[in-house]
Amino acid sequence: MDRKRCCVKLSVHPSRGLMDEKFTVLVQNVLPGFQLTVYAFYKCEGGYSWEAFAHYTASATGAVNVSEDPSRGGTYSGVEPMGLMWSLRPVPGSKSGLRMRKMNVQTPMEVTISVYQGHLTEGFVDQVPLAAVVVERWYMAPGVRRIPITEGGLTATLFLPSGPGPFPGLLDLWGGGGKLVEYRAALLASHGIAAMALDYLTPQITKETGKMQHPQILGSRIAMLGLSFGTSVTLRMAVYSQVIKLRCAVCISGSHVQPIDGSVAQIMTSFNDNADKTRFNEEQHVIWRDLLMPIPTDASLKVDVGRLRCPLLLVVGEDDQNWPSYESAMDMKEMMQRAGNEHLLTVLSYPNAGHLIEPPFTPSARASAFKTISNTPQTGVCVFMVLWGGEPVAHSVAQEDSWRKTLVFLRVHLSSWAISPDSRFIF
Amino acid sequence: EGAPVSLVRARWLQSVVISVTPSRALVDETFRVAVQNLPPGSPVTLHSLHRSEDEDLWEAFGHYVSDSRGTVSVADDFSFGGTYTGKEAMGLLWSMSPVPGSREGLRLRKKNVCIPQLVNISVYGGHVEEGFGERLPLASTLTERWHLGPGVRRIEISERGVRGTLFIPPGPGPFPGMLDMWGGGGGLLEYRSALLASHGYASLALEYFTAGELKSADKEFSYFETAFNIVREHPQVIPDRVGLFGLSLGSLMASYLAAESSVIEPRCCVCVSGGHLYPRGANLQQLFRAYSSHSHKLRVDEHNREIWRSINLPIPEDLSQKLDVGKINCPMLLVNGIDDQNWPTVECAEDMAHMMRAAGKEHLLTRIEYPDAGHLIEPPYSPHSRATKFIKDVILLWGGQTKPHADAQEDSWRNILAFLQKHLYCTQNPKAKM
Repeated sequence: MDRKRCCVKLSVHPSRGLMDEKFTVLVQNVLPGFQLTVYAFYKCEGGYSWEAFAHYTASATGAVNVSEDPSRGGTYSGVEPMGLMWSLRPVPGSKSGLRMRKMNVQTPMEVTISVYQGHLTEGFVDQVPLAAVVVERWYMAPGVRRIPITEGGLTATLFLPSGPGPFPGLLDLWGGGGKLVEYRAALLASHGIAAMALDYLTPQITKETGKMQHPQILGSRIAMLGLSFGTSVTLRMAVYSQVIKLRCAVCISGSHVQPIDGSVAQIMTSFNDNADKTRFNEEQHVIWRDLLMPIPTDASLKVDVGRLRCPLLLVVGEDDQNWPSYESAMDMKEMMQRAGNEHLLTVLSYPNAGHLIEPPFTPSARASAFKTISNTPQTGVCVFMVLWGGEPVAHSVAQEDSWRKTLVFLRVHLSSWAISPDSRFIF
Repeated sequence: EGAPVSLVRARWLQSVVISVTPSRALVDETFRVAVQNLPPGSPVTLHSLHRSEDEDLWEAFGHYVSDSRGTVSVADDFSFGGTYTGKEAMGLLWSMSPVPGSREGLRLRKKNVCIPQLVNISVYGGHVEEGFGERLPLASTLTERWHLGPGVRRIEISERGVRGTLFIPPGPGPFPGMLDMWGGGGGLLEYRSALLASHGYASLALEYFTAGELKSADKEFSYFETAFNIVREHPQVIPDRVGLFGLSLGSLMASYLAAESSVIEPRCCVCVSGGHLYPRGANLQQLFRAYSSHSHKLRVDEHNREIWRSINLPIPEDLSQKLDVGKINCPMLLVNGIDDQNWPTVECAEDMAHMMRAAGKEHLLTRIEYPDAGHLIEPPYSPHSRATKFIKDVILLWGGQTKPHADAQEDSWRNILAFLQKHLYCTQNPKAKM
């Protein structure tokens, strides 16, 4: 019996945390100078295996602290406290084009963290680790309530923070892939914001005349957060809606370029009109950023952000290969400067970050499979290998930094004087 | 109050933020409770509320004053009143007691360890003493307290006549093992074993008689030896690193096994609130009969609560009435409360030390005794009950004062984990091929 095994002490603290919280991985009771590999393993809801690993050398006290010590190689290098999360990638031999997205937010991600002797790069499954622990990563803080909404033809999920309220409200919109993705709204509720994730593409809404049906319970003053195509909808609402008065808006990886007359569905069609501008890289990954380029000068082809009356936070990755988000941000800045409302604008622009700027520590990939919702029944659903762009370390930095700043932005602008006497929400 | 005042209050109302970090933790981990965005220098009450599995409500509260930045930090600030005072980071947990109007003699014990204890932590304006249920808090949040760490496996054991639940830590192992025995209340209590497994020990919570059926307990010692072997023989347990952990009657069982068993060799033994008074050669049935014969010495206090400690005092000189602790060959940690009203644990510990010294085994013994701590020395931050219902409607006096008892639980647990680490996990670095 290998006595050495029982001596290695491995701990992760906190063992249960929110997805956007950091943890500390500590290895103790090994010999000074001992070479080891810290390994993370996760089996996602789709049944696919993901892994990350890093090579460390124990200190003079026989310990490794992942938050403080440098990795000498693996799926990340250098000092990266959360590298074991954001550098997770499908194990060798996996199906291509995978993207990690938790659909059931009521259960945690369970990641197994192990420590192996030596500097390994493969064959983890065939070796017995020295020790292993499990860490739970939650999207919902204790007490956060998940409320599915189906009234009024909507497909949405509302997340209420724990406590009596009242809470500021936010509408959370994802991109052109459709589907109801809840994890960002769940995390926002864990930070005290009542957030509703809205599936605005699959239901009737695409057939509406551009006016978005909004649920009464949110009242008329809320924040809106959109990513990718969600930005197109958010900007349109922020500037033109007579019904929704936004308190503030956050737009991630999107553009203001869209035909301003016409429905939300028609925005998508207009992109398809430029489909011939699609490019491909050497790996045949689809690059769609040129579909909206060059940024038009014609005012009818872009949201008139000069008329914006609420604060706007733009988050863009400079290596976005899917949308020309950086160029759009620069054009929006210029338009607002000319209109005199530039003081409302904050731009967070991240070098070498890609399109999918997700909550912190979410693994990113330069490309993945993407299913579009087609609005013409004939074409149906198409799957592409889409290039998002981004270099992993820089992209991870962008996710962590922009999330923190987004939370501050929302907190600052969602404070208010007035309270509806009968509602939990403020206006 | 006119409209402008309520508008101001309303604004204050919506921006107060309360946080508990970490929001999910093991029951023996500390947390930091903080409130922000209060007006500076304002009196507030921090309040905790828990609905037990038996549907009883437990609460605690502390009175604070926000600082110049409008914050309150329970870990750093003074409580000026409530169920605890002073700088007490975990006071909102260990000073909990049943809410006014509750049933008598309650004890808080987790039955289902697979789900956490949910505790509501709120902040109220002003220094409130009662009626929390009728007020609206300024803010509140929920925190989860777990006995079971992530990845710990729970295995129901029903083999070779032994009943219990085995908890195995995550990872390949193999792990040191533990046989975990509770006291005279009987039944199957899993929470301490779940917690021990969360600290790296494969621990078997043993049921050796049904809850409340102490008088009919008839297990022979072979039952305990078989249970020990079930742990020892498990493929993920290191066979020569299995210890014993007992509280109260369980502690007496642990000491018996350490002294008398020729079948098992515990690596070490943790005895909480136990003793060594045991007619030699007796089985469990005979043991109870022997104790019952002294029941005329039973006293009751002014509230009619039974005090058992004097039943077996003075400690007999007659060696045939005591375990032969001189035969013990493993390290022993004795943890006792000096205000134990249920068992003369300190007097026993003293006598055990005397007997072991005579046998040249004193170096194996470590004694920790806590002033004003009672009999039920549990894992940290669990509420203290000076007296609770034991079997049927009898209320037993356990002893202890809340604050010293809470300190004893926190300190003893730390000592217990260090003792187990020392004797069941290696401390020296191994000579390994590197």
